[in-house]
Amino acid sequence: MEIYQLTAHELKALMERGEVRAVEVVQAFFKRIEQVEDKVKAFITLTPEQALEQARAVDETRREGRDPGCLAGIPIALKDNLCTEGLTTTCGSRILAHWQPPLEATAVSRLRKAGAVILGKLNLDEFAMGTTTQTSAFYPTRNPWDLGRVPGGSSGGPAAAVAAGETPLALGSDTGGSVRQPAAFCGIVGLRPTYGRVSRWGLVALASSMDQIGPLARDVTDCALVLEVIAGRDPLDPTSLPIDPEPYSKALVPQVQGIKVGIPREYLERAEPGVKEGVAQALKRLEELGARCEEISLPHLEPALVAYHIIAAAEASSNLARFDGLNFGLRVSGRDVEEMYCNTRGQGLGPEVKKRLILGTYFLSKGRYQDYYLKAVKIRTLILQDFRKAWERFDLLATPTTPTVALPFREETFPPLENYHSDIFTIPPSLAGLPALSLPCGWSQGLPVGLQLIGKPLQEPLLLQVAYTLEQAIEFRRARPILEVS
Amino acid sequence: MEYEVVIGLEVHVELKTESKAFCSCPTTFGSEPNTNVCPGCLGLPGTLPAINQKMVEYGLKTALALNCTINPYCLFERKHYFYPDLPKGYQISQQTLPLAVNGYLSVYIEGREKKIGINRVHMEEDAGKLLHVGEYTLVDCNRAGVPLLEIVSEPHINSSQEARAYMEKLRTILLYLGVSDCKMEEGSLRCDVNISLRPKGSEASGTRIEIKNLNSFRSLQKALEYEIERQRAILERGGAIEERATMAWDEEREITYPMRTKEESLDYRYFPDPDLLPLVIDPQWIEEIKRELPELPDARCQRFQEQYGLPPYDAGVLTSSKELADYYEGVVSLYPEPKTVSNWIMSEFLRLLNAYNLEPHEAPVSPQKMADLLHLLKKEIISTKIAKQVIEEMFATGKGPEDIVREKGWVQISDVEALEAIVEEVLAAHPKVVEDYRKGKEKALAFLVGQVMKATQGKANPNLVNRLLKEKL
Ligand SMILES: [Zn+2]
Repeated sequence: MEIYQLTAHELKALMERGEVRAVEVVQAFFKRIEQVEDKVKAFITLTPEQALEQARAVDETRREGRDPGCLAGIPIALKDNLCTEGLTTTCGSRILAHWQPPLEATAVSRLRKAGAVILGKLNLDEFAMGTTTQTSAFYPTRNPWDLGRVPGGSSGGPAAAVAAGETPLALGSDTGGSVRQPAAFCGIVGLRPTYGRVSRWGLVALASSMDQIGPLARDVTDCALVLEVIAGRDPLDPTSLPIDPEPYSKALVPQVQGIKVGIPREYLERAEPGVKEGVAQALKRLEELGARCEEISLPHLEPALVAYHIIAAAEASSNLARFDGLNFGLRVSGRDVEEMYCNTRGQGLGPEVKKRLILGTYFLSKGRYQDYYLKAVKIRTLILQDFRKAWERFDLLATPTTPTVALPFREETFPPLENYHSDIFTIPPSLAGLPALSLPCGWSQGLPVGLQLIGKPLQEPLLLQVAYTLEQAIEFRRARPILEVS
Repeated sequence: MEYEVVIGLEVHVELKTESKAFCSCPTTFGSEPNTNVCPGCLGLPGTLPAINQKMVEYGLKTALALNCTINPYCLFERKHYFYPDLPKGYQISQQTLPLAVNGYLSVYIEGREKKIGINRVHMEEDAGKLLHVGEYTLVDCNRAGVPLLEIVSEPHINSSQEARAYMEKLRTILLYLGVSDCKMEEGSLRCDVNISLRPKGSEASGTRIEIKNLNSFRSLQKALEYEIERQRAILERGGAIEERATMAWDEEREITYPMRTKEESLDYRYFPDPDLLPLVIDPQWIEEIKRELPELPDARCQRFQEQYGLPPYDAGVLTSSKELADYYEGVVSLYPEPKTVSNWIMSEFLRLLNAYNLEPHEAPVSPQKMADLLHLLKKEIISTKIAKQVIEEMFATGKGPEDIVREKGWVQISDVEALEAIVEEVLAAHPKVVEDYRKGKEKALAFLVGQVMKATQGKANPNLVNRLLKEKL
């Protein structure tokens, strides 16, 4: 088996046993990138020199008998809305095409400290607004399983890169499903941690009340490995929770006996037959393993979608007000400051972003605030209540991650509503701040199907354990897309 | 027709916390442009605000001193507008649930107390500063993110004097609390006013005009006086006041003029800042701050009257600034004759402070030196007249009173034999006056005393001179 086909924990074991050096690992991944990147287009920026230098430092540290960190020498790539000090961070937008942040995301500095080697920055929907990675100002990323299909979004770059074997690990961000949905489309594991589990410092905000950074990887163990490094309180993020991370990866045992899993009826019914079938199979397997699955009703699915789009657009319109051409990023001058604002934002931002900013501004405006924003906040409370009720009976909930498998590319400027609906199952846990994970669980039309597991707040350990148990049982793990190597 | 003036004040106070409201940059005034900045207060993508606890503490102190009700929890909200001095495109402020509401502040107009309601006290961040250089406008973000308190009064103010008294009282309280420098000229205390006129006895409110740019107590009062007259004139000739107008005060020409207003009224699109959780105020914290509140001007004024037996006027003047009140108490502790000390401080000391443009604690005359001076006077080593000269010297040189009296040879002559000889000489030189006195002309004695003082360069003990003259005559 080739190095690029291995998981992070397999690479970690190999390096710790001295069977392979970090430099070899990093070189192997850059070789793979060279072979497939033209097809996949997952990266915006590649940093081979820095990566090799970092890898050499890890090897040196290990040779000297010192501890190089728990992710030492393991390659990782970052969604390009995570600030990297001195390294261009574009958010997939023209307005930041050349911006080099003077700050680094806390999650990224924790990865560096643990010895992880950063390969580069990954493509995304512009400012993480989208479900296809088509709204990126640079180019769309393609689904490695079928290059004619989208990888999902907004973390399409991270999901495609991991699926294509360009990196064993990636960091994405999830607002309404931006980690889980592309993970499902690309047949990998994606975890959205509990809101507040991972510091948001250095993540360019889309919707602050829902944004969370999460890992994408080939298996559950790798996700756990990354989570234990990036989680934990950060004084720079007042919404980060004062809870220390645990060694999640070491606690993974294949055991689901007696665990009560709720299956929200409304979700399953809304999925296309192939997805429904794949998920049903996985749930059957889970029952065979000893879990107790039972139907439940979570009625506010459609209102959740609407509420999410109102809240996300409102927060985004506020968060993106700072892109005014003054202190950083693109500036397109004009006769006066007003015109400069208009030119900069007019030329710097793409149509999907503009649409959402206009909508968000409208939702917060005088006379509309009550009808839209406040109503959406009320719906959010209803959804929290739905979940709270569910937790009285269940340890976790299981749904399809998406209603469909990966969608084919469409060329319209404004995507069909179907694209917005591909987040419909991932949105409710986002609104409720719950941890949720997407696990590849089967196939439909030759494409991966994702199973979403939703946990109680801070119940990542149980979530990971159940996902791990199922993963061992359903033999998806080793499946890889066949990309013809050029 | 008689009109009632209705005024409300909106005061912005820069808090003198060491660091900014939501990042750790220093708040130092007068630094090189854009040196007290970080990614946070520059509004760079990826940054998040973190609440400065000191700002909340200062806010609570102020709210409690203004008799407000503290909200059990308050919200930080975003106020949106595009302007080059606003790096994030929004200001973190408070709108729906401010820190505190429903307080009051007492002012004294011609000895009568008037309570002026405080509608709300809220926290927010300051914006940057724009510098216009030729055809360019430069942005200095040093001030961006400095914590501000906005204190909004109820429209309970009915004259320009009341407005000024309110502002002065507010400043005194803030200085007593030590939460702000309150330097109007540096912009750490700023004030906007709303003013309207309505027929006396009417319940309907008149059309409100806002006045900005009031950078001193004087401009506050002058601008209001001007604006009241302007509006009265318009109303009296049957005209209408401009709707929603904002005026600025022209310091030079002493007039208000309409400011250039945006075509449309701005919609700030307030909503709760999703980066900052609702701020829950622990009632225990409130209790703690209450316990630690310093004695405030009104309470101290009351105490000065009771403890030192001072007249209300004296107590009012002495407690008008914390430093002056501290100074007074410093002197009284060393020279326990409260009224004498009060007289000296209110006359000579304050006059010289003004002349030298100093604050009480900066005066070269420490409470110890002041007490020493009063002791010299009491022991009749110097006369009152000399004492006034001594205090002038003390301000000019910073020396102690004993040194000055010794160096200048200003020690009062209380030696009976020495004075007798001089008295004899004076009497001999003015036989006519002596005769007048003996005929019952009382004034003649004063002349003779004066002559003795003149002969001794003012150093003779005036009581002794009086006694000796009477004996000889
Ligand atoms: Zn700062």
